[in-house]
Amino acid sequence: MTEPLLDVRQLSRRFAAVDALKTLNFSVEAGEVHALIGPNGAGKTTFIHHVSGALQPDSGSIHFAGRDVTRRSMHQRVAAGMARSYQITNVFRGLSALDNVALAVQGRADSGSSFRFWRPVRCETALFDEARGYLAQVGLADQVETVAGNLSHGEQRALELAMALATRPKLLLLDEPMAGTGPEESARMVELIEQLARHVTILLVEHDMAAVFRLADRISVLVNGQLICTGTPEAVRQNADVRRAYLGDHL
Amino acid sequence: MAFYRPAPYQKPLAGILLLALLALPTVLTAFGQEFYIGFATRVLIFALAASSLNLVLGFGGMFSLGHAAFFGAGAYAAAICLNSGISEALFALPLSMLAAGLFALMVGAVSLRTRGVYFIMITLAFAQMAYYLFVSARSWGGDDGLPLPARMTLGGLPLAGDAALFYTALGCLGLVIVLLGRLAEARFGRVIQAIRENETRMEALGYPVFRYRLLCFALGGALAGLAGALLANLSGLASPNLLQWTQSGTLLVMLIIGGVGYLYGGVVGAVVLLGLEEVLAGFTLHWHIGLGLLLLGVVLFAPKGVAALFGKRHD
Repeated sequence: MTEPLLDVRQLSRRFAAVDALKTLNFSVEAGEVHALIGPNGAGKTTFIHHVSGALQPDSGSIHFAGRDVTRRSMHQRVAAGMARSYQITNVFRGLSALDNVALAVQGRADSGSSFRFWRPVRCETALFDEARGYLAQVGLADQVETVAGNLSHGEQRALELAMALATRPKLLLLDEPMAGTGPEESARMVELIEQLARHVTILLVEHDMAAVFRLADRISVLVNGQLICTGTPEAVRQNADVRRAYLGDHL
Repeated sequence: MAFYRPAPYQKPLAGILLLALLALPTVLTAFGQEFYIGFATRVLIFALAASSLNLVLGFGGMFSLGHAAFFGAGAYAAAICLNSGISEALFALPLSMLAAGLFALMVGAVSLRTRGVYFIMITLAFAQMAYYLFVSARSWGGDDGLPLPARMTLGGLPLAGDAALFYTALGCLGLVIVLLGRLAEARFGRVIQAIRENETRMEALGYPVFRYRLLCFALGGALAGLAGALLANLSGLASPNLLQWTQSGTLLVMLIIGGVGYLYGGVVGAVVLLGLEEVLAGFTLHWHIGLGLLLLGVVLFAPKGVAALFGKRHD
C-alpha cells in the first residue's frame, strides 16, 4: 500500500485538565472520503483545528503528502494542498461571491505574488475567469455578482466550498458542511460532495448520518478524544462499541 | 467595514479641490494673508500623516497608538540630514521615509504578534520609549529638539519661501493619495482589507497574514515619516513632542472625524480639526471644549466620519 495522504501519529492535546485528544492515530488515503463522526464535544473540531494548523498539539506528529507539517503554520499547509471549510460559515459578507472566490484564487502561489500595489484587481481577468469556474462547479453560476451576505445559508456553504476548491487542494477538510441547512439544501450538498470526491480526497466531519453513510469510504468514530473504531461504513455500523457510544441514538 | 471602492464623483471633486489648492498661495498673497500659507501647509502635512495612519488603521485594521513615533522619526531624520549637509529633498525625504519605515518595521515585527488591546498598548509603549530616547539624546538637542539650519532644497531650488514648501507638501500629499487609492484596489490592498475583516479566513486561504500586515504597517510608518520630514521643514525644528502619544491621539482623532477607511478621511479630518482649532482659538483660550463637542457630534451623528457623509461606499 502507498503512503497515506494524511497521516496523524500519536496526536495528543490537553486543555487545562481536559484531555481533548488522546494519542490519536489516524490516516486518510489518497482518493477516499473519510468521515469522522462522534457525539458533541468528542473533539472533532479540535482535531480538524490541529490538522489544519490552527492549533498546535502537545505531542505527536502530522504528516501530509509525505512531509512532516506538525510545526507548519496554517497558510503553509494550505500552500501544500490542504484546504478547509468552517463549521460556521466564514465568507467575506461584503464582497460578491465572485470576489470571494477570486480572493481565494489570488492566494495561490501559482497565480502570482499579491505584493502588487498599483494594478487594480478587477483588471486581472484571469483570476475572475478561474473563479467563475469554481462557482459553476458548486452550482452558484447564477449568483456570481450577488453580495455574499445576501446569499441564502445553503448558498453561503456552497460558496465556502468554492473558496476551498480555489486553493486547488489535495485534501479538503469539511467541518460539518451540512450544519444548519434544510433538507433540500442538504441533499444538494451531498450531491456536490459526491462530485467533488471524484477529484479530491475528503476528510468529512458531519452529524448527518444518512449523508455520512452515503458519502464515506471509511468512517472513524471519535468519543471523548479517543478513536474507538475505524473501518468501512458496514463494519462501523456493526461495531458494538460504536452502537453503545454513539450510533445507538441515531440508527 | 466595507471594502474600499471610490465614490463615483470622487475624482472630479478631488480635481476641483486640487485646482483650488494650486491657486491658494496666489490668492492669499493677493489679499495680504501670507500667514495662512504656512497654516495651509501645516494642514496638508497633517492630512498626509493622518492618511498614513489611514493605511494602517483604515485599510489594515491595525489600531496603532504609536503612529506619531514614525512621524517624529521622520522629522528627526530630516533634521539630521540637514545638519549633516544633505539638504536636497530628493535625497533627504526618501532617507527620512526609509528611517521611519525601518523603525516601523522593527516595531511592527514585535507588536504584530499581539492582538487587540495588547497591540494598542505595545505600540504605545514603543512610541513612548522613542519619545524618551529623543528627550534624553543631548547631541540631538534633548527636550529642546533639533533645529534645522535651513529648509531643504528641491532640485537645487531652496524651499525657503512659504509657497514653495506649500507646493512641495501638496505634491507629496497628492502622490500619497493617488498611491493609497491605487493600492486599495490592487491585490495588496484587497488582501490587507480582507485580513482586517477576517484574519483566520485569509490564513486558511493560504495567505501569510503576518507578512502582509507587517509591510502595511511599515509602509504607513514610512509615509508618516515623510509627513514628519515636511513638518520639520515648516517649523524649522524636530521636536520630541512630535513623538508624544498625544500626537498619536491627535492623528487618530483626525482620522475618526474624517472617516476611517475612506480615501480622503485623513484629509477631511485634518482640515476640520486644524481649521476648527484655528477658528476657535481666535475666540477663546478654551477651544478644546469646542473640539470635544465636535467629536461628540461626529460620534453621534456621523459615526463613520465626515467623509462618509459625502461618498457612499459600497456596503
